[in-house]
Amino acid sequence: MASFKPTKVQFLPKLGEKVTEETLYWKNYKSPVQIKEFGAITKIDFSPLPPHNYAVTASTRIHIYGPHSQEPIRSFTRFRDTAYGGRFRGDGKLLVAGSEEGLIRLFDISGRVALRQFKGHSKAVHMTSFLSDGFRVVSGSDDLSCRVWDVPSAVELSSLTEHTDYIRALAPSKLNPDLFVTGSYDHTVKVFDMRSGSSVMTMQHGHPVECVLLYPSEALLVSTGGRYVKVWDLLKGGQELVSLKNHHKTVTCACLSSVGNKLLTGSLDRHVKVYNSSYKVVHNFDCDASILSMAIAPDDEALAVGMTNGVLSVRHRRHQKDKEMLTSRRRRGPSYQVFVKGKNFVPRQDDFLVSKPVKQYLRKYDKQLKSFEVSKALDTALQTWTRTSKPDVTVVVIIELNRRGTLKNALAGRNEESLTKILNFLLKHIFDPRFSRPLLMVGDIVLDLYQQVFHQSPVVERLLQRLMEVLGREAELQQELLQVLGILDTLFTSLTPRKEALAAPPVAQESQLQAA
Amino acid sequence: MVEKSDVRVVRCGGSKINLRPPIISTDSRFVLCASGDSVKVYSTRTEEWLHSLQGHTNQVTGIALNPANHLQVYSCSADGTVKLWDFIDGILIKTFIIGYRLFAIYVSEKHDGISLFTNILPENSDKCFQLVAVHLPKSAEQEVEAKELSAVSSRISPNPSCTAFGREGQYIAFARHLQLNVYFFRKQKTYSFSLKATDKKGAKNAFTCIACHPADDCIATGHEDGKIRLWRNFIHTKEYTYSTQHWHHNAVNTLCFTPEGTNLLSGGIESVLVQWQYGAGNRKEFLPRLGGSILHVSTSSDGQLFCTSHSDNKITVIESSFKVCGVIQGLVKGDAVFTDLMIDPRSKALVLNGKPGHLQFYSLLRDKHLYNLDIVQQEYIYEAGLDQFEVVKAAFDIKGYWLATVEERGQKSSDLEFVLKLWAYDERTQSFVLNTTITAAHTDRIISMCFSSSEETTMLVTTAEDGQFKAWCQGADDQSFWSCDFVGSYHNLTPTNCSFSADSSLLAVSFQEVITIWSPDTWELLTTLCQPPGVVRDLCFGQLSCSKYLIATTTRNLLCCWNLLTCALEWSTSVEVSKLQPDPLSENVAAFSYQSKHTDLFVFKPNEPRPLFTHKNVCSEKIHRAVFVPREELLNNCDESSQWLNRSQLYFLTQNMDLLTFSTATEEDRMLSSSKRLVIDDSIAVTPFYLLLGKHRQQQQKLNTPSHPALLHTPAHVLPAASVLCSMFVSSLLISNTGVREMESSEQEMNSEKEEEHSEEEMEACDSQQELRAQGSVDEVTPKLSKAQERELKRVRKTDFSWMAGLIDSKP
Repeated sequence: MASFKPTKVQFLPKLGEKVTEETLYWKNYKSPVQIKEFGAITKIDFSPLPPHNYAVTASTRIHIYGPHSQEPIRSFTRFRDTAYGGRFRGDGKLLVAGSEEGLIRLFDISGRVALRQFKGHSKAVHMTSFLSDGFRVVSGSDDLSCRVWDVPSAVELSSLTEHTDYIRALAPSKLNPDLFVTGSYDHTVKVFDMRSGSSVMTMQHGHPVECVLLYPSEALLVSTGGRYVKVWDLLKGGQELVSLKNHHKTVTCACLSSVGNKLLTGSLDRHVKVYNSSYKVVHNFDCDASILSMAIAPDDEALAVGMTNGVLSVRHRRHQKDKEMLTSRRRRGPSYQVFVKGKNFVPRQDDFLVSKPVKQYLRKYDKQLKSFEVSKALDTALQTWTRTSKPDVTVVVIIELNRRGTLKNALAGRNEESLTKILNFLLKHIFDPRFSRPLLMVGDIVLDLYQQVFHQSPVVERLLQRLMEVLGREAELQQELLQVLGILDTLFTSLTPRKEALAAPPVAQESQLQAA
Repeated sequence: MVEKSDVRVVRCGGSKINLRPPIISTDSRFVLCASGDSVKVYSTRTEEWLHSLQGHTNQVTGIALNPANHLQVYSCSADGTVKLWDFIDGILIKTFIIGYRLFAIYVSEKHDGISLFTNILPENSDKCFQLVAVHLPKSAEQEVEAKELSAVSSRISPNPSCTAFGREGQYIAFARHLQLNVYFFRKQKTYSFSLKATDKKGAKNAFTCIACHPADDCIATGHEDGKIRLWRNFIHTKEYTYSTQHWHHNAVNTLCFTPEGTNLLSGGIESVLVQWQYGAGNRKEFLPRLGGSILHVSTSSDGQLFCTSHSDNKITVIESSFKVCGVIQGLVKGDAVFTDLMIDPRSKALVLNGKPGHLQFYSLLRDKHLYNLDIVQQEYIYEAGLDQFEVVKAAFDIKGYWLATVEERGQKSSDLEFVLKLWAYDERTQSFVLNTTITAAHTDRIISMCFSSSEETTMLVTTAEDGQFKAWCQGADDQSFWSCDFVGSYHNLTPTNCSFSADSSLLAVSFQEVITIWSPDTWELLTTLCQPPGVVRDLCFGQLSCSKYLIATTTRNLLCCWNLLTCALEWSTSVEVSKLQPDPLSENVAAFSYQSKHTDLFVFKPNEPRPLFTHKNVCSEKIHRAVFVPREELLNNCDESSQWLNRSQLYFLTQNMDLLTFSTATEEDRMLSSSKRLVIDDSIAVTPFYLLLGKHRQQQQKLNTPSHPALLHTPAHVLPAASVLCSMFVSSLLISNTGVREMESSEQEMNSEKEEEHSEEEMEACDSQQELRAQGSVDEVTPKLSKAQERELKRVRKTDFSWMAGLIDSKP
């Protein structure tokens, strides 16, 4: 004897939404932790050493946060003016930062006072960084120069003035200590080699460059500026590989995830976009304000986004453990008193096990369907909670009733109140392509059943009128769409090469001939 | 024809077991049911098929236990005979030839002698069934003609459950349409009671079944609208009464009283077995969701077991506590098989429509139902006339890893719903798991579908009435699910068939009269082929060495073969082909042709228009479903006509839902030899003691048969005195010289151990042995006798019956 098969609620995908591995991966972040800073956050940098603290540059301070702390574990406040571009050295022990007044300061992580100060820039220094040998610091300034400093002696080693506008982007090579890339508001990206003391490659970005980024292999270079994100192939002499235009405001920052080198870009339009390896947007994070800076922790453990309103939002990755904890908490066993008896009993080897039949738990509407109480089942499915939060369940019950040939019986004999419920549900969902077919059927049956008595209730009459209006509008829309489709079809057929079209007629003629 | 003698059409298994009510034997160990032209015996405990009683030449239409001997069963058949069987050993005891087509059998124990009541269909009147009492003559012969027929009623319902014996065989009740008749044997009178066709509420009162209470004067009748009426006091025509009970919402198919009469069982289309307490008004118990609708219910004679047979060719064994304890499942045959016959490439099981909404897997080798795969996954509502989802199309990919199904609902109404589902094989659970459900695969009905035949990439192509064909691939952007890859159409014509070439490099889609050839890699239309007039009905590519050929059949009786290298018609013949079936393991293609009311089979290779094999008059119906099943072990027929059956076997399904196949001479030889081997195996298990005894008996029979009649037929006055004869007669019964001699040689080994123990007796017996040898014993062996035999021998030797030999010699 087979048991009752419960009604199956089918998961119908919504139009235009694709669930892929990548979206699942990027969706797997907890809701963001918000930390308020004193001013716009211009730079975030993660320490390369575990536990991956991160330095946040905002206003006249640089704060260092621990991976899960909401309070700064250290802060550097000895700036007279706005600080810019705080960055860690490769070993995570030193930090360098520029400032509005043109001074570059070098801090020990454990100390408070600047170890070194590099003087020489005449204008604000927005970008500073260590070269990969760790003994030199490179800086880009608004005075159009790019300078390299020696850390032990605090002297300027060289000054490069090839850019013709503010230098706002800088990326040192990790593989070669003499190479670094700069981006400037003069729309160019330049690759400098310290050995030759001049630029070795220049790319035209076409917009003021806000950020440059090197892939770990250093064959690819990403530059952002204006609404564009461009990827350059350095091995092919700086050929443009791809140009992306997915933001609708200036793209201010970009970073690479450490798992799979996925590109993330943040923009003033308040979105962070995640691209897959073929540069298609696979995920999108929304933020409250325009994004100025962004960084992602090693292993993608956390994503920190800094915004113009001084809010730092940090998203932490959700782990399997957390999920399990959540679910295990929810699925707590039955109460102690009733069910605990014999729970831990281990049967002996020659015990005869009498298996208890597993009770089948059914939803309320299923129970009612099982006992053929069709009207009640429809009532259950039309309960407020179900019909608002799970309309698919309601529709599935309607479909099931129709399959059993009892939809008419279930809809018949209703009072004004429950009829209003049904009509409201129809009004809300009749255009959903997932539901329209069964709901149109329901509408037909309701009209058939209550034709005589509609005028007795003004409420129902008003709802019906609204339904009619809305349906009329929808029909017009559909017709227009069909017309557009027709136009497109003719366009496409005229565009396609005529080879296939030519291929067909001879056969047709042939067949006519044969027929003749 | 020569071929005919070599290759035969054989009915293979899977016949209906729900035609007539099953019987439970008195000891509740066996269930018997009529199945095709045999009676099958199943075990109630293990649900296994034990053996079948074969001998009828037509459909067995009824079985009944012999009331005089509970180890015997009567069976009647449409071939006009009633046979009496010993069903435990499967031995045919007697055959009664009646000469009319019999449709049911009813047996009553209380009637003197053996009388059977059978529904018969006399040849002169059509559609009119008679109820006839048959007196079975007592005779020792194997075949007896029973000519003593007496008609009880000349017009009865063709439904055999509308007739039943009453209390202790005093009366028989039978119903027809709206009339209930009761025939009393003692009075030789028929009382009839009739109901109105409909009453105010529109009830349908026609009778559907009858049961009589075993101890009380009460008749229970089931009606078309689900009512059960209990009739009492029907001994008087005027004063009869009836009470009505109503639970079934549709026709009551069967009624049955338990042997004590305490309960009444009823079943109908709802598939709920209802047990009514007799005399307790409305108190009842239910056993729901048993499967298909219940057709028959029967009980064992002790009332401990019930047996229901269902419309899905199933017998359920139920304990009296309403617990299902066994299910005997035959090959399910719905109203029609919508899907093609298919072979699961993994289990080599035959796959076709099973229970409603299921696909069934049936092992052809063991003639056993394996399992049902639930495709629709919805609660089945047992209601007549309800439009249900039904699996209409199914296809396996070449490795058996994917299964595609189409289920459809609303064939009758305009509102068509259909779902395309793709199932992946799960190694762990060893069954198919739903992978993708596509609700709106096409805008109209799907006509055909096929999987690509290459091993690397699986692709599914569906064609539909909306004028499009679609190619479905797994994981265009996601690896695990299926999505549409390509939509193709041709001049807005309706595509009918699709087929992949053997290496999947070409896809042929037929659009009415035109066949289009596509490349599945680029989705380019390569060429079109056309041979008007006539719409293409069937399409297939050649296999193996003939893969360059494309074969198509059209509605205008044309079988065409194109060469795809030249894109030209290779040959065509005018044959009306109803089914074209290529063999996946060889080049052969089988074509079933239906002409002038019988079906012929042609087997040919695509490279030549000459058939390899023809079989005229395969059956009288049109054949739409056929399949080649790969053989487990290859046959090696050298005969040209049967060579095509070497690699695979051809099964086909007729419109009557009979599964038939072709069997060759070598195959039958092999089966025969294997059964012979079985017999030998049997005798090995027998003890030496049995061997000894058995041989004694055989020889006694052999020897006694000539001597005893001689002795008995001799006139008394010629014989010597009885006192003289007595001892002699008794001793002749015991054993004779010649018998002993034959015994000795065979029992030599067995007695060899005893040799030493009885040495002194042997000395005594020595002279007798020598004498025997002198008489001309052929074998050299020294005969040895057991103690008892020797003793007997001595005694026999003392009496002189030389006169006897003279007597015997003179007599014949």
